[in-house]
Amino acid sequence: MLRLKVSDRQEITTLHSFLTLVFSIVTGMLAISLIFLISGANPLYAFAKIFTGSFGSIYGIKETITKAIPLILIGAGLAVAYKAKFWNIGAEGQLLLGAIFGTWVGLNLGESLPFYIIVPLMFLAGFIGGGLLGAIPAILKIRYSVNEVISTLMLNYICAEFLTFLIVGPWKGKTKFGFPYTDDLPESAILGVISGTRIHYFTLILGILSVLFLGFLLFKTRFGYEVRVIGENPNAAKYAGISFFRTLLIVMIISGGMAGLAGVGEVAGIHHYLSYPASISSGYGFTAIIVAWLAKLNPIYVIISGLFFAGILVGGDAIQISLNLPAATVFVFNGTLLVFLIMGDYFLKHRVKLQWSRT
Amino acid sequence: MRKIEQLEMAGITKLFHGVPANKDINLSIRSGEILGLLGENGAGKTTLMNILYGLYQPDAGQVLINGKPVRISSPQESKMHGIGMVHQHFMLIESHSAMENICLGYDAAPLVFPKAKLKRQIIEFSRKFNFDVDLDKPIWQLSAGEQQRVEIIKALFNGADLLILDEPTSVLTPQEIKELFVILNKMKDEGHLIILISHKLDEIMELCDRVTVLQKGAIVGDAETKDVDKKILARMMIGRDVIFNIEREEIPSSDRVLSVDKVVVTSDKGIPVVSNISFDLYRNEIFGIAGVSGNGQKELVEAITGLRKIESGSIVLDDQEISNLSPRAIYDKGISHVPEERIKFGIAPGLFLYENAILKQHHLKKFASRLSLAYNTVKDHTRGLIESFQVHAPGISIPTKNLSGGNIQKLILGREIDDNPPVLVASHPTYGLDVGATEYLRKQLLKRRKEGGAVLLVSEDLEEIFELCDRVAVIFKGEFMGVLKADDPKLCDIGLMMAGSLRI
Repeated sequence: MLRLKVSDRQEITTLHSFLTLVFSIVTGMLAISLIFLISGANPLYAFAKIFTGSFGSIYGIKETITKAIPLILIGAGLAVAYKAKFWNIGAEGQLLLGAIFGTWVGLNLGESLPFYIIVPLMFLAGFIGGGLLGAIPAILKIRYSVNEVISTLMLNYICAEFLTFLIVGPWKGKTKFGFPYTDDLPESAILGVISGTRIHYFTLILGILSVLFLGFLLFKTRFGYEVRVIGENPNAAKYAGISFFRTLLIVMIISGGMAGLAGVGEVAGIHHYLSYPASISSGYGFTAIIVAWLAKLNPIYVIISGLFFAGILVGGDAIQISLNLPAATVFVFNGTLLVFLIMGDYFLKHRVKLQWSRT
Repeated sequence: MRKIEQLEMAGITKLFHGVPANKDINLSIRSGEILGLLGENGAGKTTLMNILYGLYQPDAGQVLINGKPVRISSPQESKMHGIGMVHQHFMLIESHSAMENICLGYDAAPLVFPKAKLKRQIIEFSRKFNFDVDLDKPIWQLSAGEQQRVEIIKALFNGADLLILDEPTSVLTPQEIKELFVILNKMKDEGHLIILISHKLDEIMELCDRVTVLQKGAIVGDAETKDVDKKILARMMIGRDVIFNIEREEIPSSDRVLSVDKVVVTSDKGIPVVSNISFDLYRNEIFGIAGVSGNGQKELVEAITGLRKIESGSIVLDDQEISNLSPRAIYDKGISHVPEERIKFGIAPGLFLYENAILKQHHLKKFASRLSLAYNTVKDHTRGLIESFQVHAPGISIPTKNLSGGNIQKLILGREIDDNPPVLVASHPTYGLDVGATEYLRKQLLKRRKEGGAVLLVSEDLEEIFELCDRVAVIFKGEFMGVLKADDPKLCDIGLMMAGSLRI
């Protein structure tokens, strides 16, 4: 009988993990080729399209960077939470609440203030919004042992419904002809873009700076040390006198706050008004979970993995149009690639052998 | 019907990343025999038994049962061949009853209403070996000895002829050890095969017919126990003579440093587990707390080190009340702590050696400026620590979990006493360590004592208590049954005191 024997790998070299990554992507692509073939498209042509659509053309690069902005911000924040083994899967909601807080500031104070005051204020409000929402599951977990996966996930829905309530109700714009949108943000509250693109550079710079800051925080500071000890061994953290309440609360304020910043960036940089949750975010809060994992929970690497996944999102859009494939193709594409990446990670951490045995 | 009359391991070699954990091992055991497997930690005893139990595959060599080669590629197959194992850390489901644990994995259970029939079978079965366990009690309510008996019944009930016991006495009281030995001898008379993994020479001498000694993965000796003595075995095991009695100088203890007065502590479930315990601790003294684990010593230690709140009473360090302060504040005031279960509490296993070398101290000025950690200072400090405390490590930038238990414990002890704290609380500091590391750690504790430190030593190892302590308290159900000077002749009744039947 042929059977599998699985054992833990003791040591993993950098080269090994890099090769595994490449191999996972290549095999993932092969599997996706099969799907293209079934849908009657030439896989080579499709991949060429994806590449030119994402990294291989000026337009593609512009769009990829635009979509990478929220992924990098959120992914870096999630990496910090996951490093403490706090499973925040509420970034989507934290993004939306950040967008709501930022928009409120923009709409109400934007007319009277110059852009160099109103823009930082909006981002601050967004950070507070996302951070407050992140703080709730942290407090629930530490004080009442509520599982954070459930609480963060459920808060996503509450935030999405709250946003919908605002745009069809009290915040519905007077200039929007009855559509469920808020009014446009005033001129001073709208972020500048690199001309000819949708890249709102203010958020991009903010993202890169905060990624560097979080990398420093996590690996070079006392606070980061405490976060990693809690993640590695909560018992040892307690023994070492590390305060769970303080540390996890700050971790989740940062994690939620980063998603909040992304929310402000999306509204002030791209949409300019609030609309339905799905159009504000298109699932960045969930995609960023994978971004953080692919970066091995290192905020610095999130820049690379964020760009990579942004490329997939944009490339997926491109083939949808040029090959006339159904919209769901992108999801199939992403999903397949993700499955192969996770499988690669499994094979990296475990040694799997096939062997014959007599029975 | 017996499935195993004779079992042989022939030429077993197992490599981990090219490093041999077992080198060309040959051993054999036959029905009605108890074989001792002796060796220091890391000698390869557990690896070898895990091969027999189907957890690992050997890279070379084979297992022969009754002369026929067999392949054991999983614990299920090992069970099928009639091999059972009682692990050092019990593999029981805490919230299930003893009976449910015994039946777990039992193939011949009736499909519907299995309980009545199985219970009858198990009771009958236990009677044969004089097992005494309340089958309906959940595991967490049973003592370590009872849990071990559940493990043994489980293995036998599942048809094991060969029973492997990994360090079976490490969690038992002297009385429970005696009972275990009676059971094992009875099994032997019934024709079972027993392999006993141990590094305690007395046990091997008392119980085993033959002993195989492993050192660095290879067999270095194989003898009938009647032909050897403890000294010879010890020399085989570590390759040199061991001093069995560490020299303990007479030092008069001086000033009082710690005073614990009428302390009451409750468990996580709110039940009082330490009731009205009072004692003083002096400089130049090692004060031992002996007792079977689970009698409140864990909670008492947690209360002193700030990990658990006390309900009433007071704990005074150098005239300062410290009860219910945070662990960090208590550490800063001068109470260090070597925790029990070193890997569970003492380190963050995935973090580097140098990161674990400052656990509990990362907030100190010498390692941290305002925000950032001074990693260069930390690394220098770590190099110094592993040098002065003989931690054998290939480097300081490796995950701490890659070190052996002894080296992890040396690192923890070094970290805790490097700053000469007035008080050191050490819980089971040498539990599960090999002879060499044990000797080293005990000497370090005596050195602390000589240098003026006060040591509170919690241990189940009576040999350790007698070797090191100036005074000994015996704890039972949260109370001291007596506090005696080390030379008090009444200490020979310590077994009775640990069992709660004598109060002095």
